[in-house]
Amino acid sequence: MNTMSAEPIQAVDPMAPRWYRILQRRRENHDTFTLELTPEDGGAPMAFAPGQFNMLYVFGVGEIPISISGDPSQPQRLIHTTRAVGTVTKAMSRLGKGDLLGVRGPFGTSWPLAEAEGKDVVVVTGGIGLAPLRPAIYQLLAQREKYARIVLLYGARTQEDMVFRRELERWSARLDVEIFATVDRATSGWRGNVGVATTLIPHAPFDPDDTIALVCGPEVMMRYTVAALEKRGLEHEQIYISMERNMKCAVGFCGHCQFGPQFICKDGPVFRFDQVRAIFGKWEV
Amino acid sequence: MVVARGDLQQLLDALTAQGYQVLGPRVRDGAIQYDELSSLADLPIGWTDRQDGGFYRLEKRDDEALFGYVVGPSSWKRFLHPPTVTLWRSRRTEEGFELVESPQDPPKYAFFGVRPCELHAISIQDRVFLQGPYVDPIYRSRRAGIFVVAVNCGQAGGTCFCTSMGTGPRARKGFDLALTELLGPERHEFVVEVGSPAGAEILAQVAHRPATPEDRARVAEIEAETSRQMGRQMETAGLKELLYTNLEHPRWEEVASRCLTCANCTMVCPTCFCTTVEDVTDLTGQEAERRRLWDSCFTMEFSYMHGGSVRSSARSRYRQWMTHKLATWQDQFDVIGCVGCGRCITWCPVGIDITQEVAAIRGEPVT
Ligand SMILES: Cc1cc2nc3c(=O)[nH]c(=O)nc-3n(C[C@H](O)[C@H](O)[C@H](O)COP(=O)(O)OP(=O)(O)OC[C@H]3O[C@@H](n4cnc5c(N)ncnc54)[C@H](O)[C@@H]3O)c2cc1C
Ligand code: SF4
Ligand code: SF4
Repeated sequence: MNTMSAEPIQAVDPMAPRWYRILQRRRENHDTFTLELTPEDGGAPMAFAPGQFNMLYVFGVGEIPISISGDPSQPQRLIHTTRAVGTVTKAMSRLGKGDLLGVRGPFGTSWPLAEAEGKDVVVVTGGIGLAPLRPAIYQLLAQREKYARIVLLYGARTQEDMVFRRELERWSARLDVEIFATVDRATSGWRGNVGVATTLIPHAPFDPDDTIALVCGPEVMMRYTVAALEKRGLEHEQIYISMERNMKCAVGFCGHCQFGPQFICKDGPVFRFDQVRAIFGKWEV
Repeated sequence: MVVARGDLQQLLDALTAQGYQVLGPRVRDGAIQYDELSSLADLPIGWTDRQDGGFYRLEKRDDEALFGYVVGPSSWKRFLHPPTVTLWRSRRTEEGFELVESPQDPPKYAFFGVRPCELHAISIQDRVFLQGPYVDPIYRSRRAGIFVVAVNCGQAGGTCFCTSMGTGPRARKGFDLALTELLGPERHEFVVEVGSPAGAEILAQVAHRPATPEDRARVAEIEAETSRQMGRQMETAGLKELLYTNLEHPRWEEVASRCLTCANCTMVCPTCFCTTVEDVTDLTGQEAERRRLWDSCFTMEFSYMHGGSVRSSARSRYRQWMTHKLATWQDQFDVIGCVGCGRCITWCPVGIDITQEVAAIRGEPVT
C-alpha cells in the first residue's frame, strides 16, 4: 500500500552473522588475546577503516562489539584483540584454532587519518585501548611521508599488562615514530616512565597548532587526556575520542548505545570531541 | 463518501475477501486492546474509557457508538515491531555452524480503527526502522503490506494531548481510508476519506453515497470539538533546547523519588523502539536461536557495561527516557518522539505525567 514510501531493498539481513574460522590465537597478556579470522564461506575479505568494530558472536552464548585491531591493508586477516572480562569475552577466550565465530560488520566511524595529513599525529591510549588504534598506526606508518611527527603515548598497569609488546618494540626501534610508554606500577626490568598516560602529554613533542590527537581509553582517562591536551593548546576540533556503550545490534535499532543524540554504533564510536563536548563527562548520561 | 452504519460490515468483509487479517479494537481484560476482528460486532460498541494519571476504566455509553473511546494500553507497534521475534536460528554441523532459514512471512494485516496519533507513531517507527542507514527486514516485511483504516477521534481522552503534538485529532495522511463517525438521534453514518488507490478499490466494494457539504462541515466541527476536549497539553516550543540545557534540573531528582522504574511507560508507548537480545540453545546444544525482545531504558541492564551500569540511578533513567522522547529524538529522526497519546500517563502506576514534567522543567507551577 502507498503509505510506505519506496525503500531501498537491502540485500542482506543486518542481524545475520557470517561465519569466520579462527586461524590463530595469540595471548597478549594474562587476560587479553588476539584472534585471526578468515571467512568460512571463502568469500571476499572484510574491508574496513581503522577504528571500526565488528559484532562477534559466540555460539549460543552471546554477541559483543569488538574493534578490529588488524592492518587495514591486509583485510584477508581479520584480527580482533579482546580482554576477557565477562560472559561472552570469557567464552571467546576459550576458543582456539579451528573454532568458529559469527561476525557482523564492520560498523561505525573511523579515525580521521585523511584530515590528519600534513600534521603531527599524537595517539594517547591505555591498556586494551591500543587495539582500536593499532589499525590507525599501521596506516600512518605505511603512509609515513604524509604526516609530520607521529607520537604514541601509551599507558598500562604494568609492563606485563601491555598489549602488542612485540610491535611496540618494533615501532620503538624506528626513528620516525616517537613512543612514550608508562606504567602505573613498575615491575622488575621497567626503566621507563611511571604514572598514567596523561602525565606524558605536557612534554610530548608535537606542535599544538598543527596536531590531530587520537584518544581511546576508559572515560575518566579520556576526560583527563582532553583536559591535558587543551592545556597544551589543542582545540576540541583537533581531538578525536572513541566511545563505548552497551550495544545489542550495532545498526541503530536497539537503542542501548545512545549517548545524548548520538548512537555510538553508527554516529561513533569515533567522535570529534566537539560533537560530544556538551554531554561528555556529564553525570550518568 | 458516506457509508451507513448498516453497510460498514461490508468494508470489513471486503478486506477479508482481499486476504487481509483484520485487526481492530476489542474489549479484552477490561481495556481496549487490538486483536483480530471477525465482524463489527467484535468492536467495543457502546463503550467508552475514562483515563487519568494512573487511572483507566471502561464505562458504558448511552449510545451505540463504534469508536466512542480512545486508545488502550496496547498499540499497533505490537504487530509491526513485535514484543519478541526470532532473528535467526543456527545449527551445529560436521564442519561448523549453519544458519537455518526461518521463513517468517507475516500475515497481511488490515488495521481497522487506527487513531491519528497512532498513524504518526507508525510514521515515526518507519523513520527508525526503514529510513536510516540500515533497514530492519522484520519491520519492513510486516509494514509493507498493511491496509490502514484510520478513525478520527470524536472525543478526546483524559490524558490525550495530540493537539499539542500536532498529531490529531484528525488524520491527514498515512491511511488508505479514514472514517469519521457521525452519530445523532436520527443518524449513524461514517464519512469516509480515501487516502490511496488501494483505499478507493476497497471502498468501491462498499455501499456508499457522496458526502454533502453538510457532512464535511460536521467532520470539521467534530475535529474542533475534540481539540477543545484534550485532557492534557504540552508546550512544544523550544522543547529540545529546554531539555538539553536542563540535564541537572532538580526536578529529575523529584520525579525519580516517585518513579518505580517499572518500565510500563516504555512498553505502552507506541514509538519506543528499544530492544535487547536473548540467546538460547536447545538442550543438546546443537541449535542456537537469537531472539529480539522489547527492552526499556528504565532497566538497570540497559546501560550495563563491564563494571556497572552507566545509568544506575532512577533520576538518570527517567531523564534519559524523557529527554530522548522530546529532545534527542529530534536530532536523531527529525521529529519529536511523542505523539501525545497519553498512554504513559494513564498506565504509570503512580501517575507520572510527561506533560507536567515538562511544565515543571519550564518552571511553571504544576498541579
Ligand atoms: C565499539 C566498541 C568497541 C569495543 N572494542 C573492544 C575491543 O577491541 N576489545 C575488547 O576487549 N573490548 C572491546 N569493547 C568492550 C567489549 O564489548 C566488552 O568488554 C564486552 O561487551 C563485554 O562482554 P562480556 O559478555 O564479556 O561481559 P559482561 O560483563 O558479562 O557483559 C554482559 C553484557 O553487557 C554488555 N557489556 C558489558 N561490558 C560492555 C562494554 N564495555 N561495552 C559494551 N557492552 C558491554 C554486553 O552487551 C554483554 O553482553 C568494545 C566495546 C565497544 C562498544
Ligand atoms: S511518550 Fe507517552 S504520550 Fe508520548 S507517545 Fe509515548 S506513551 Fe504516548
Ligand atoms: S514513569 Fe511511571 S510507568 Fe514509567 S518507569 Fe516510572 S513508574 Fe513506571
